[in-house]
Amino acid sequence: MKIAVCVKQIPDPATPYELDAESHFVVRPQDQVLDDTDRYGVEVGLQLAEANEGTVTLFSMSPSGSLQGIRQALAMGADKAVLIDDDTLRGSAALTTARVLAAAIEREGFDLVIAGTESTDGSSGVVPQQIAEILDVPALSFARHVEAGDGKVTIERQTASGYDVVESPLPAVLAVTSGSVEPRYPTFKGIMGAKQKPIDTLTAGDLGFGSDDVGIGGAGQDITAVAPIASRQAGEIIDDDGEAHLRIIALLQETKVI
Amino acid sequence: MAILVFSEESDGHASASALELTSKAASLGEVAVFHVGEGSADTFAELGAHGATSVHHMDPGDGLPAAPAAAAIADLVAGDAPAAVLFGMGNTDRDVAGRLSARLGKPVLAAAADLSIDPVRVTSEILGGTQQIITEATAESPALVIARPKAFDAADTGGPAPATIAVAAPDVGRSGSAVVLERHAEQHEGPDLGAANVVVSGGRGLGGADNWHLVEELAAELDAAVGASRAVVDAGWVPYSLQVGQTGKTVKPSVYIAAGISGAMQHMVGMKDAATIIAINKDPDAPIFGIADLGVVGDVHQVLPKLIEALRART
Ligand SMILES: Cc1cc2nc3c(=O)[nH]c(=O)nc-3n(C[C@H](O)[C@H](O)[C@H](O)COP(=O)(O)OP(=O)(O)OC[C@H]3O[C@@H](n4cnc5c(N)ncnc54)[C@H](O)[C@@H]3O)c2cc1C
Ligand SMILES: Nc1ncnc2c1ncn2[C@@H]1O[C@H](COP(=O)(O)O)[C@@H](O)[C@H]1O
Repeated sequence: MKIAVCVKQIPDPATPYELDAESHFVVRPQDQVLDDTDRYGVEVGLQLAEANEGTVTLFSMSPSGSLQGIRQALAMGADKAVLIDDDTLRGSAALTTARVLAAAIEREGFDLVIAGTESTDGSSGVVPQQIAEILDVPALSFARHVEAGDGKVTIERQTASGYDVVESPLPAVLAVTSGSVEPRYPTFKGIMGAKQKPIDTLTAGDLGFGSDDVGIGGAGQDITAVAPIASRQAGEIIDDDGEAHLRIIALLQETKVI
Repeated sequence: MAILVFSEESDGHASASALELTSKAASLGEVAVFHVGEGSADTFAELGAHGATSVHHMDPGDGLPAAPAAAAIADLVAGDAPAAVLFGMGNTDRDVAGRLSARLGKPVLAAAADLSIDPVRVTSEILGGTQQIITEATAESPALVIARPKAFDAADTGGPAPATIAVAAPDVGRSGSAVVLERHAEQHEGPDLGAANVVVSGGRGLGGADNWHLVEELAAELDAAVGASRAVVDAGWVPYSLQVGQTGKTVKPSVYIAAGISGAMQHMVGMKDAATIIAINKDPDAPIFGIADLGVVGDVHQVLPKLIEALRART
């Protein structure tokens, strides 16, 4: 089974994000980390590959020159990676990202494409479905508990009121949730081994995209204004001296909840 | 048709987001709805009462709806292009928006908190609600917009029953080959999380599923709905339907009590518009205190039992 896992490299969420004053895009440092959201996709991919004598290839689009995030995913156990890294991709909208990823995945061949539900920095949550439409396959989103084999994939799909069991023939696209699996931590051997694993680096042009199709020009949307939002002010903070519940009750009375 | 609103049936009603978006759209122009689900005269009447003049209805049966719905909407907007197609943040909403975007070659303007047309502009909050951006659609209409839950108020303005047009699910070949084998709805007691006046939410600070009863007991005393952080949903203590935040429900109760929740930005986007926020956390530096009206630095295992006890003693 050929499994493609989409992994996004993002600025480290531990440091506050900055917006570029002119372009209004998030400033992307040279070194970016693996989006935590995608560790779940990598784990699901590895488990399915182990059960089905499969291979796991990572796909990432990141106009930053970073390899750190990809190495993190390789260290978990993925076999190889395809990185589309090209300055013309800066400012690309989700649809451009999906087109580029789909083209790279199609070139490589696939039975199953796995992505996260939504990225930490972009969180449009539509890239997996866009990839599925471009590749003309079903998209099984909000997937937890995934099983695959015998030419099909079966998932539990989270819904607002519970879950549905959904089945699809392969090939298909999955978008997994963070409740799906417990991602493994890379071992020392895995981290060392990741340095030797192949990373195939492509440009947008290699995949047949012109510079007008991608980046800001191809986005079809324009950020016209940015403004800070007045944040809610912190109120009263008290230490619990054993009587704090009385202060809570007083506030509940003030707000007429009781 | 000036604006098309996507609606998915849930529990025999139009989705809450569809009613909110229909009301908003009705203030901007003529509204048609694309409704996916079994459909009923009552559901259509409800959409009409909120301002829809027509409802295009597709029943996908046991097929996963997104691929045929996106194809049908693409056909519909090819005729009489609306200025915008509006979606909520429900799972099917996002699936259809993504597929439609790829089909039409148009971007999706996501997380809209406000909207205007001519040209289509959306206001959205980014970076955990610290910055607000205005994005203008520059591609040809329709613009595809995903709106935040509760960004707009649903208003029953007593509109008449809309014209209903049955739409057959188009054959989309391989893309449409996924089927729903089983549907499971979790039973829940007490008020509905999305609509409750008081919400009591618990996080990983509760320490384990065995302690969850503290959250439930407090909620019962206050006639409140129970909510949860993603950490406890992922840990399997409670079902996903209780998750509050970016990938869960957005709530705007009069009072929100957060017990043992750190206050990650993805949690706060789902509850920061509560009128009054009370937080209990043993870490004085927990980010949740930054937005709480009353912050109690303390142990939930001390504070919650006393609070429950004191509330019981009052009645
Ligand atoms: C794309 C994306 C989407 C996400 N969507 C959501 C979402 O929809 N909703 C959501 O909630 N999260 C979401 N998250 C996850 C979010 O980032 C946090 O990981 C999560 O909210 C943390 O949950 P928590 O506060 O329960 O746990 P923690 O962050 O572990 O916090 C536990 C808190 O409990 C306190 N504590 C511990 N013991 C006690 C005690 N005895 N008494 C009192 N306090 C105690 C600690 O001080 C700590 O502050 C998302 C993340 C990503 C990347
Ligand atoms: N630039 C990218 N490179 C690789 N995968 C991506 C990229 N952007 C998004 N994805 C995938 O799509 C999922 C959803 O992202 P988004 O639609 O941005 O919320 C992510 O969890 C990734 O798996």
